[in-house]
Amino acid sequence: MEKWHLMATVVLIGLTVRWTVSLNSYSGAGKPPMFGDYEAQRHWQEITFNLPVEQWYFNSSDNNLQYWGLDYPPLTAYHSLLCAYVAKFINPDWIALHSSRGYESQAHKLFMRTTVLIADLLIYIPAVVLYCCCLKEISTKKKIANALCILLYPGLILIDYGHFQYNSVSLGFALWGVLGVSCDWDLLGSLAFCLAINYKQMELYHSLPFFCFLLGKCFKKGLKGKGFVLLIKLACTVVACFILCWLPFFTEREQLLQVLRRLFPVDRGLFEWIYRKMDKVANIWCSFSIFLKIKDILPRHIQIVISFCFTFLSLLPACIKLTLQPSPKGFRFTLVSCALSFFLFSFQVHEKSILLVSLPVCLVLSEIPFMSTWFLLVSTFSMLPLLLKDELLMPSVVTTMAFFIACAVSFSIFEKTSEEELQLKSFSISVRKYLPCFTFLPRIIQYLFLISVISMVLLTLITVTLEPPQKLPDLFSVLVCFVSCLNFLFFLVYFNIIIMWDSKNGRNQKKIN
Amino acid sequence: MRAAAREPSLRRLSPHAREPGCGSSWLRARGAAVMAALGFATGSGNWFSALALGVTLLKCLLIPTYHSTDFEVHRNWLAITHSLPISQWYYEATSEWTLDYPPFFAWFEYALSHVAKYFDQEMLNVHNLNYSSSRTLLFQRFSVIFTDVLFVYAVHECCKCVDGKKAGKELTEKPKFILSVLLLWNFGLLIVDHIHFQYNGFLFGLMLLSIARLFQKRHVEGALLFAVLLHFKHIYLYVAPAYGIYLLRSYCFTANKPDGSIRWNSFSFVRLTSLGLIVFLVSALSLGPFLALEIIMWCYPSPTVNPALMYVDPYKEFLNIYISKTLNNQHGLELKLLDPNKIPKASMTSGLVQQFQHTVLPSVTPLATLICTLMAILPSVFCLWFKPQGPRGFLRCLILCALSSFLFGWHVHEKAILLAVLPMSLLSVGKAGDASIFLILTTTGHYSLFPLLFTAPELPIKILLMLLFTIYSISSLKTLFRKEKPLFNWMETFYLLGLGPLEVFCEFVFPFTSWKLKYPFIPLLLTSVYCAVGITYAWFKLYVSVLTDPPVGKTKKQ
Repeated sequence: MEKWHLMATVVLIGLTVRWTVSLNSYSGAGKPPMFGDYEAQRHWQEITFNLPVEQWYFNSSDNNLQYWGLDYPPLTAYHSLLCAYVAKFINPDWIALHSSRGYESQAHKLFMRTTVLIADLLIYIPAVVLYCCCLKEISTKKKIANALCILLYPGLILIDYGHFQYNSVSLGFALWGVLGVSCDWDLLGSLAFCLAINYKQMELYHSLPFFCFLLGKCFKKGLKGKGFVLLIKLACTVVACFILCWLPFFTEREQLLQVLRRLFPVDRGLFEWIYRKMDKVANIWCSFSIFLKIKDILPRHIQIVISFCFTFLSLLPACIKLTLQPSPKGFRFTLVSCALSFFLFSFQVHEKSILLVSLPVCLVLSEIPFMSTWFLLVSTFSMLPLLLKDELLMPSVVTTMAFFIACAVSFSIFEKTSEEELQLKSFSISVRKYLPCFTFLPRIIQYLFLISVISMVLLTLITVTLEPPQKLPDLFSVLVCFVSCLNFLFFLVYFNIIIMWDSKNGRNQKKIN
Repeated sequence: MRAAAREPSLRRLSPHAREPGCGSSWLRARGAAVMAALGFATGSGNWFSALALGVTLLKCLLIPTYHSTDFEVHRNWLAITHSLPISQWYYEATSEWTLDYPPFFAWFEYALSHVAKYFDQEMLNVHNLNYSSSRTLLFQRFSVIFTDVLFVYAVHECCKCVDGKKAGKELTEKPKFILSVLLLWNFGLLIVDHIHFQYNGFLFGLMLLSIARLFQKRHVEGALLFAVLLHFKHIYLYVAPAYGIYLLRSYCFTANKPDGSIRWNSFSFVRLTSLGLIVFLVSALSLGPFLALEIIMWCYPSPTVNPALMYVDPYKEFLNIYISKTLNNQHGLELKLLDPNKIPKASMTSGLVQQFQHTVLPSVTPLATLICTLMAILPSVFCLWFKPQGPRGFLRCLILCALSSFLFGWHVHEKAILLAVLPMSLLSVGKAGDASIFLILTTTGHYSLFPLLFTAPELPIKILLMLLFTIYSISSLKTLFRKEKPLFNWMETFYLLGLGPLEVFCEFVFPFTSWKLKYPFIPLLLTSVYCAVGITYAWFKLYVSVLTDPPVGKTKKQ
């Protein structure tokens, strides 16, 4: 690549922003007895280092599952173990069994932040750079600008480096998966995606589009010939990858079941888990609970069935379309819409799960810059209550503005609001057959954008400056959730329209190959 | 704007559009207007504001980083100027950080303190030593970020002085774009001002602005700005010879002979008087009140007479006040080889004036350094007088003055390298030779700032930012001058690449060796020596190019 130095500059800017954000506070800093996600990650290092594999997921005197018990798949546990070995080398106190609970020090914070940075540097950032280099039909300059915008996406930076999590690992693996599958390295792609699922079960949000896309590819090649061979190969890869990751847990049936029970705690109720943490999620169930307390009216199994039905119905059309007409572009959009459906309708959602939607939206940034930027802003805003709780107001505002400026300058988004550039051309044409005066759609969208941005800014200002009324202590965070949820519903409709009206000519289908 | 322009034609073409258009015409007009405004504010054409905003946001992100004792120095000055009468400003000595900048800076702190009281009243108490609340931190950091607006404006003006003849098609290859990145995103300024904590941004803004005014032939304005600058911070006296000679030669003498030599009868007395008047008025405004107070105190002596003007007298300043960080000093030709056992413990981190006896080399007296500095400056000043080459020649002379005083001056702080680096950026986008000198000077000069930040959390920041700036500056200047011969020869390349292993040794290898306890100063010493070589080399190379360049008249003939 002739402009490698600009790409290096972009990566360095991304790294600098990441590290400066990491100087801020983390979740649960100095808040005994439970602390936060930071302590959870440290605790997992302690558990995996000191206990044998068989006891990792079991409640015991040494492993109190009520105190941040391990509830992520094995790869997370292995990663914790690896970090624990390094920690042991630096300072054994950090991972001493029992006595290290709630351990906090500047040196330890530095260590934990460094582990995130290294994981990010090894997995997520190379995937982003490679993805942007593989984009076709756009100039080198645009590729670099695209990489800058993706690397500056504030949501991921704030959660990983502020709040403290390792999302960049799972998202990075998923991105490698997307990259592999789009470039026709199907086996590598599915391997990377299996790693992603085995790092964080939430990656299942993305699994359906992967499945449909690969299945569609097999169909396209003909199920009786090459397609069948590919299908068998893919199946073998996936099974082998899973077996390798879960090998230590195959000793007993009970082991396997226990891990699965920890990963998918169905018995926790529609948003009981969320209520326990006093957080609000911008999904349908939480937002509608303002008007209707579904949780109290319906029994739990009906809640599950309802949420399942909604999720299934909302993602069905996109998935069917993808299976019948597999294309890299359709694949990326289906990833967005499926993940968004899961986020809005599914059972037990965490507000951080919006990152799973944001990743595929980042991938379509160069195709629909205006809408993607808007969505990514809303997604960051939807995590506002969480970020405020972690005292991350300043970095959130600054990184969000930086991201907005980067997008606005590199894509000049405000000039790209015509029907064509919003990819709504074919939709508008088909509506105009029945409603000839249907020409105001771009303007409506511009207006919605302004309203949405103004409401987000106002709500942020109100939340930061005013005290909520005594009777309704959660008023502002509920409002934030409600506004974000409305936005997300609009985006769900929008992305589904794009997918369904995607023109069938092959021009757009070779963006990546 | 485009949407608005298209609107009438669209209506004419499609009568159908009118019916819904009636209801939404207001909506359309407003929507288009707001979108156009947003597009203008952040549009692709406005790359300069994007760069400036971007770096401002980065500065905001640096707020929680480590800050040095200079933070307390400036807090104390806020307190002094806010709570004491003017007559006491230069006498107050509750804190060890007495006010030792010229009066304009004191007034600047006084103005700031009136904003500070809305943040936290407690920081304005003189007896609250080492006070630092989160609001104090926010206020102080934001005051630096906010005053940098002047710097941004100055950079904007400087960009106008660059000729865009060689401009490539792409925006990122234009000299203006490269220059504004080199200045706005300057690594040294970022870490000295926004991590270490100082107010260099707006001071350098004043300097760049005055240089830009001289480039624009607005000499009086340039002289005024520089006179004001001198009364903000006296370190800029180092470059005053360049200003003096240039203004005298190229402004007071209005014409040259055809061969470029001076035409004595073209001397304009009016111009000289106006310049003198400006300098006198600015000095009177700055020092006048204190001088008056001094006379009053002399007439009515108080028990503790302490000549306040000691602190602001330029000559004394020149010799005495410079803060020394002992081993951090970058004295190229008089390396201070100190006996480790004799270094007072406090001196490693304190910023107070301290004097040391050199144990290996003979001690250097202030007078000797002054003579050395003057000797080093003289040839460049002569060049400026006998071979005037317009503003560019002035800029070279200014840089040589800054570098010479940095190399030979007494108690020079390593931060003073910025005095040469920032003006050099202006030269670097003009000529390939200058670009190569700039890159050597900047890279080594910036690397020599590394010991300023010694805390672990800031280690990645300084390395990342340094890499960012260095990679960008080298690659963009290489692209700009790709048609000419390579910027570095093998020796320079080798030297610059050597900085990498040096950093690895100093920060990652040395702390784990057994020498750490016995010779803790070795990394600093190595950094000093290594960087001194590069800076001296750049100084030498620049001097050679200044002395051997043909005068402007001859080049025009050729």
